[in-house]
Amino acid sequence: MSDTPQDTATADGDDGADSTAVQELHGCPLTDSRGQDVLHVGRDRWVEVVKLLADDGYAMCVDLTGVDYSRFMDRELPSGVTPERFEVVANLLDMSNRRRIRLRVQVPENDARLDSLFDVHPGTEAMERETYDMFGVSFDGHPDPSRILMPEDWDGHPLRKDYGAGAIPVQFKGAPT
Amino acid sequence: MSTLATEGHQEMRPRSEITARELMRELGSVLRLSEAEAAKLGELPDDGDEDQTMVINMGPQHPSTHGVLRLMLELKGETVLRCKPIIGYLHTGMEKTGEQLTFMQGGTNVTRMDYLSPLNNELVFSMATEKLLGIDGDIPERAVWMRMLLSELNRMSSHLLFMATNGMDLGAVSMMIYGWREREEVLRFFQKVTGLRMNHNFVRPGGLAADLPAGWRDDVLRLLDMLPERLEEYDILMTGQPIWRERLQGVGVITPTEALALGATGPILRSTGVEWDLRRDQPYLRYDDVDFDVVVGTYGDAFDRYAIRLNEIRESMKIVRQILDRMPEGDYRIQDKKVTPPPRARIDESMEALIHHFKIFTEGFRVPEGEVYVAIESPRGEIGCYIASDGSPTPYRMHMRAPSFVNIQCLPHMMRGGLVADAVAVISSVDPVLGEVDR
Repeated sequence: MSDTPQDTATADGDDGADSTAVQELHGCPLTDSRGQDVLHVGRDRWVEVVKLLADDGYAMCVDLTGVDYSRFMDRELPSGVTPERFEVVANLLDMSNRRRIRLRVQVPENDARLDSLFDVHPGTEAMERETYDMFGVSFDGHPDPSRILMPEDWDGHPLRKDYGAGAIPVQFKGAPT
Repeated sequence: MSTLATEGHQEMRPRSEITARELMRELGSVLRLSEAEAAKLGELPDDGDEDQTMVINMGPQHPSTHGVLRLMLELKGETVLRCKPIIGYLHTGMEKTGEQLTFMQGGTNVTRMDYLSPLNNELVFSMATEKLLGIDGDIPERAVWMRMLLSELNRMSSHLLFMATNGMDLGAVSMMIYGWREREEVLRFFQKVTGLRMNHNFVRPGGLAADLPAGWRDDVLRLLDMLPERLEEYDILMTGQPIWRERLQGVGVITPTEALALGATGPILRSTGVEWDLRRDQPYLRYDDVDFDVVVGTYGDAFDRYAIRLNEIRESMKIVRQILDRMPEGDYRIQDKKVTPPPRARIDESMEALIHHFKIFTEGFRVPEGEVYVAIESPRGEIGCYIASDGSPTPYRMHMRAPSFVNIQCLPHMMRGGLVADAVAVISSVDPVLGEVDR
């Protein structure tokens, strides 16, 4: 879907070779996932890199979500990137050059926080709230850090892998316990 | 100052409870005023004004909120000062469910998100799965064109329903009946093809569930012959009518810069004059082989959004006509043993085929490790599917980028300074589907 100048050398459909080719963009390792560009950004440079990319033309943040990798810690990552439990994934779109890039940032479990992208892309407001709601990753500098889909007095973060599916007692507001 | 996320307050707080600084932040960010404008408002002496403003709830059961959307409006007289959409009433954890279902079963789940364009949801999910499997280039031509046919017809049915609800919200009640009537004609075709009016689970990884039924061409032609006339009637009933124009023109205006910053896509973005349609700009299926125009507006108001959708129905009809001419013969699904169950006839004669059939439906097929994001143009904007796979038959994480969820952030911005009566027109013009917003 996205064809970009960076990955012309990578053979199409060759999944094994992509981790060996180390390319960089703004000092972050750039990998290829099924022909799509993925940039592995360090947590301390998150907002900075998004700003740099916005200057490069990636002016729209179309999607931001999280993944809880606690059952998949041996996943393939470029060297220099330490796998952590949570990943926040953002998809940026460059309309003038018709290309996309995906950013992945590692967020450790014991300090699940990340800087908010609100100042760069205000449209991430609801998406960051959703990521907080579902994964418990808080966003520093977010104007309205509250739950968005679950009730505000809900316990737990449903999309975490240790939050069971089904057989969860239904929580009602003000119900006698 | 770092803000740790609190568990409280999803709601808009009354002015008296918040400091001027907080109010500025809320106005400037959640409602997205410019910094300078927000600072001005923050300095206003609010204490004396307190009696004149009131916070009221619109919804979640308000008929014009298209489901269960709740808006908190701060009003001064009839003017909307602040607005905050509160969502989640329809949240059923569909992304969590998606982690329990195999890639084979996943379609039944995603099709229920945006229930007005189920086939587009299935399509994006299937395309993401196919990309992970590495078979996205091997889908038979007939399957690709069939997907396009269904996707475009679905766009038409979705926009026709928008015509109906938009008309109803603004008092053109007969329009409601007409819109539903035409949509039903499209759904009747879907029922013939897929067996169901909605929630089809027809587009599946690897192709489609079945071939087109005999006589499908006549049905589509009948539809294409009937609709232009009906659309002309819509024009007479609404487009040129002074009351309709009064209600919509200049209401809920949004600028291109704001729309881009808020991540809005689809008719909302195009109404501001930004030409962006994934069908043309990042073509998928065979959209680069068909001829159609991207409809754009000028003013970014509710009328532009209405006109864009009306004309998009016409463009979709244009595409469907070309599909009718060019529909190739061949398979409707990929003949890849890994993802496709054996044909029914084989099961009667071959034990292996029976075992294979059983395995594929009980265990599903394994999808290699990796993660992809695939986006297509749904009637409401960019619908994207992000799947991370750990090599098992179920997605490790399945996320849908729902266009309505992002578009709904435009509401406070469009409503600020408008009248309560216009709020209804604004919600309607955004065309949110709450099933998709809350997932």
